Amino acid sequence: MVLPGTPAAPLRVAIIGSGPAAFYTAEHLLKREDLGVELDMFERLPTPFGLVRGGVAPDHQKIKSVAAAFDKVAADPRFRFYGYVEFGKDVTLADLREHYHQIVYATGAQTDRRMGIPGEDLRGSHPATEFVAWYNGHPDYQDCQFDLQQERVAVVGVGNVAVDVARILCRTPDELAATDISERALEALRQSRVREVYMLGRRGPAQAAFTNPEIKELGALGGADIVVLPEEVRLDELSRAALEKSQDRATQKKVEILHGYAQRTPSGKPRKLILRFLVSPVELIGNADGQVVAIRLVKNELHATAAGTLQPRPTDNLEELPVGLVFRSVGYKGVVLPGVPFNDDWGVIVNDKGRVLDPDTRRPVVGEYAAGWIKRGPTGVIGTNKPDAAETVVSMLEDLAQGTILTPAHPEPAAAEALIRQRQPNCVSYAEWRRLDELEVARGRAAGRPRVKFTRVEEMLAALGPRQKA
Amino acid sequence: MNIASLLAATSRPPIAIRPEQSIREAVALLSRHNIGALVVVNAADAPVGIISERDIVREAARNEQVFTRPVSEIMTRDVITGLPEDDLLSVANLMTEKRIRHVPVVDKGKLIGIVSIGDVVKAQRDKYRGEVETLETQILADQK
Ligand SMILES: Cc1cc2nc3c(=O)[nH]c(=O)nc-3n(C[C@H](O)[C@H](O)[C@H](O)COP(=O)(O)OP(=O)(O)OC[C@H]3O[C@@H](n4cnc5c(N)ncnc54)[C@H](O)[C@@H]3O)c2cc1C
Ligand SMILES: NC(=O)c1ccc[n+]([C@@H]2O[C@H](COP(=O)([O-])OP(=O)(O)OC[C@H]3O[C@@H](n4cnc5c(N)ncnc54)[C@H](OP(=O)(O)O)[C@@H]3O)[C@@H](O)[C@H]2O)c1
Repeated sequence: MVLPGTPAAPLRVAIIGSGPAAFYTAEHLLKREDLGVELDMFERLPTPFGLVRGGVAPDHQKIKSVAAAFDKVAADPRFRFYGYVEFGKDVTLADLREHYHQIVYATGAQTDRRMGIPGEDLRGSHPATEFVAWYNGHPDYQDCQFDLQQERVAVVGVGNVAVDVARILCRTPDELAATDISERALEALRQSRVREVYMLGRRGPAQAAFTNPEIKELGALGGADIVVLPEEVRLDELSRAALEKSQDRATQKKVEILHGYAQRTPSGKPRKLILRFLVSPVELIGNADGQVVAIRLVKNELHATAAGTLQPRPTDNLEELPVGLVFRSVGYKGVVLPGVPFNDDWGVIVNDKGRVLDPDTRRPVVGEYAAGWIKRGPTGVIGTNKPDAAETVVSMLEDLAQGTILTPAHPEPAAAEALIRQRQPNCVSYAEWRRLDELEVARGRAAGRPRVKFTRVEEMLAALGPRQKA
Repeated sequence: MNIASLLAATSRPPIAIRPEQSIREAVALLSRHNIGALVVVNAADAPVGIISERDIVREAARNEQVFTRPVSEIMTRDVITGLPEDDLLSVANLMTEKRIRHVPVVDKGKLIGIVSIGDVVKAQRDKYRGEVETLETQILADQK
């Protein structure tokens, strides 16, 4: 067999997902001058970019400009986008094996981790993942209801996602109106009666997962005063010793910022954002109607593990915090894809340097790869996916050189196109996405906003008008 | 970032050996898997020691019969173990401070993975690189 990878017989690659990991994978493949390659990218939504569109906070527009770098990738004639085509539903693994030499899963982390405490499913308790997807206009989450008539809200966790959620809850309507937050969320947040937002960290200030620019921003909100309890950010002996030993500048700075907040007196802004440390939720308490009315917290103290990590240990000290709305922001989690080996404990596809492995034999599954959050778990910023995708592409090219690839019966792009259009006549091309994008920006211009998003699939398809038939 | 996410990223099962197995078997495992150390576990899968290529070389330098001896005779016994919820940073500090290259990871007393100094360095490098790449992608995008 002559190996593909030349302009005459290009390597055919299917990339599942269109977030940063998918686009960086495409970029790394397309920039190889020695490689003849044709890429098809599949996305279950009509719109690309994954969490850059549906996760990154609407008041962080600047970071969303990375999408322009992805546009450049998509402009390559060897690249095709099939939006509104879901792997496992519209196209299956068996289909792709008929049409591609290599398949890359870059599907991200689609669900949330659970806390595992009683009351977690009471009315008024929501995963942060749903709130984030809702305010960013993700079509699957537009019917979610969040009771913003409640005055007191808890956000569990102190990672950057928790910071996003707390910040959006504290923004004034005017601040929000300058963003591309969904109109539905904008309207609901305009009517919000939220007065106090509690962020709950189970460890101390020196162990908090949020990063410094994010925590600085919380101290400069127009409509909310930040409140930190001095006794909760005073460093205990163990934290102090650990910090002295590590000399970690970022952590030192973080602690400094938080100590600064502890010295502030509220200036009378309409809302308060209260950062709590050394407390773990042990139970959500409901009323007779099954609605959350309070969260029971246990005070923690820190102890060192054998490896020297400071971890929380519950004391006998309990506290009840009255709240009517709870957002659990304790991490995202990957979901299994039909027919793809998955490690449920870690929430990732079983892989070695991006090569999907058979979980029993630990041998690579020919032609299948993973990149991004579904490969390494839900940590890291957008750019972390670039070296991650590069590693996967190295594995792909090594395997190609060895001839360890799939042998599709129909590698011609036209054959795949015909199948996809037959399965999903409404599939959306990149040119069509660019039209949606322009329409959104135009709608935004009229309203003095960066864009006004389409939030329903039907709306998007209708805006594109009568579809071309293949 | 914690050790659980590092193990998820490497998704490699730990390679272990029993104390009564021979050094010859240990060498075979090290070479087959191209690794630097093996965790020694008891019947309940709990780590009881660690044996590294260095331990074996040191013993071989003074003892020709090393290969037939049981692992238990030359393994290091006071092995420091990590937990999935340990922070990457504290494990990195532990490794530098105690000059150890491998930390077995246990969950509910059972061995579930092993973290090498290489894994830790790579994870830290990727973290910094990620921040730089994010800025770079943004700058490139702005220059459109
Ligand atoms: C709330 C939040 C805010 C964040 N803010 C920032 C920030 O400000 N700055 C920063 O640098 N990083 C931020 N991050 C991190 C960043 O978003 C991630 O590192 C990155 O998006 C992960 O990329 P990915 O491609 O692996 O996954 P994703 O971005 O999740 O992309 C996965 C894509 O796959 C698609 N997909 C899933 N299943 C299928 C299927 N079966 N068929 C077809 N398509 C499918 C999804 O619809 C999605 O489009 C944030 C993360 C979150 C959760
Ligand atoms: N602006 C940005 O750059 C930005 C914005 C959003 C997200 N991101 C990135 O996206 C990634 C995911 O963010 P994330 O916030 O979902 O994850 P994360 O950074 O891992 O934070 C998770 C938080 O949940 C806590 N937690 C976990 N289990 C808990 C439990 N059972 N009870 C109480 N608290 C619990 C963790 O505490 P412990 O530390 O004690 O485990 C931690 O505070 C991160 O890498 C983040 O930096 C970046």
